[in-house]
Amino acid sequence: MRDVAIIGVGLNPKWGELWDKSLRTLFAEAALAAIEDAGVDHVDSMYVGCMTSGLFAGQEHLGSLMADYLGQPGLPATRVESACASGGAAVRSAFYEVASGASDIVLAGGVEKMTDVGGDGATYALSTAADADYEVYHGVTFPALYAMMAVDHMNRFGTTSEDLANVAVKNHNHGSMNPAAQYPFEVTVEQVLGSVMVADPLHILDCSPITDGAAAVVLCSMDKAKELAGDRPLVKIAGVGAATDTIALHQRPDLSWLGSTEKAAKTAFEMAGVGPDDIDFAEVHDCFTIAEIMVIEALGFVERGKGGAAARDGLTALGGKIPVNTSGGLKSKGHPVGATGAAQIVEGVTQLRGEAGDRQVEGARRGITQNMGGTGGSSVVHVLEVV
Amino acid sequence: MPAGYTREIPQRYRLEAGKCKKCGAVHFPQRLACACGSKDTEPYVLPSTGKIATYSVVRVGPSDFMDLVPYVVAVVELDDGTKLTCQVADAAPEEVSVGTPVTLEFRKVNQVGGHGIIKYGYKAVLDRFVE
Ligand SMILES: [Zn+2]
Repeated sequence: MRDVAIIGVGLNPKWGELWDKSLRTLFAEAALAAIEDAGVDHVDSMYVGCMTSGLFAGQEHLGSLMADYLGQPGLPATRVESACASGGAAVRSAFYEVASGASDIVLAGGVEKMTDVGGDGATYALSTAADADYEVYHGVTFPALYAMMAVDHMNRFGTTSEDLANVAVKNHNHGSMNPAAQYPFEVTVEQVLGSVMVADPLHILDCSPITDGAAAVVLCSMDKAKELAGDRPLVKIAGVGAATDTIALHQRPDLSWLGSTEKAAKTAFEMAGVGPDDIDFAEVHDCFTIAEIMVIEALGFVERGKGGAAARDGLTALGGKIPVNTSGGLKSKGHPVGATGAAQIVEGVTQLRGEAGDRQVEGARRGITQNMGGTGGSSVVHVLEVV
Repeated sequence: MPAGYTREIPQRYRLEAGKCKKCGAVHFPQRLACACGSKDTEPYVLPSTGKIATYSVVRVGPSDFMDLVPYVVAVVELDDGTKLTCQVADAAPEEVSVGTPVTLEFRKVNQVGGHGIIKYGYKAVLDRFVE
């Protein structure tokens, strides 16, 4: 396999309830931004990450649609689906297409148009990432599944509602420095704990929002990247890992351990030849505050059971030992499910190029992204580093 | 009733599961292949008693469950160690905690849509409701 670089990144100028932008416009906007950033005039192939445009927008067949609206009809293009890990899975697919030598320049992105349906439609669409026959049938919602993971973590390790709230406080603080964030305001622990309870012990401010948005990256061979990079720092994908776990939470021996994240990270770390201590920052899948706590344990940044203290003690804040979710995370930046994994890589490249402005991690040389589907039924991890 | 509902009746009404003949793993629902590599499984009926492994209270529910809100959902660990997800019937949130003993009973799960199709299945019931 040959080395793969990320030569272009693109996002919509701002995420949120973008009523005047359609599914195709959202994706084309981010993809064209990434192509322009890369300085190329075409790509050879494309992967579009999307969880459920059929349910959110009545539209499948995104490969054809997006190639057409990108102005590249004829382009080989495929939709990739792995629930909320679809964006990360799309980038992983593009990585292997370039690494194998099959293509030189490949675009990978993700998109979700979530606000064309009402709240109940969105709840239903998102629930399809869980076990339809053995979880959703019984009236279990996504917040309730993560709430049950939180109760397990709290019961066994003494994690508190304040610990969860501190993740939201930190990520909103980071997001306040991100111009693209959907909710770039700060919140306090009191505000989180005083917000409406959705599924005990998760409040509405423990949950990521419903978001319209897209993100895209352009990957190419290292040789090609050296021609294109100019004066800019060159970022490579040093490691990639993906893994699955049981789709139903109840099938797992440990109800608050993310086995798919642990496995995906192990693969990515081995490929990169590094470990958790070598990482300068992380973008992780904080769809709910408890998720970030479980993820940093599974990635090996903290010991099992110690994730709850990390945000409270400043370990994962900007300026801390391992800044987590400098973009604001899913919590503040927004969570257009199919786009999230690609957007994490956009933030990683932005940090490694030193272009993150007020939220820049000083001296960032190597970062990790972790994108997760369902309650951890799938995970995709990328290790990124400056060449 | 649509086929998608009726084919799950053995599991939902009678707790019919499968057991791997090679390693003894219990599969609910029954599977064609075990993680141990074996494809040799036999029918097995789950025990109906166990305890709450974890739980939550759904306060914002899907429209088909709106009339039940707030309702308690749980992962129940049965006496043989098998876990499954269901509602805890008629329970006030403060009555449920990790370790609370429950019994699975056959109950109405909910009523779907304007035509009122009634769906049935197992729910966990607290000891004070068990006859
Ligand atoms: Zn077996």
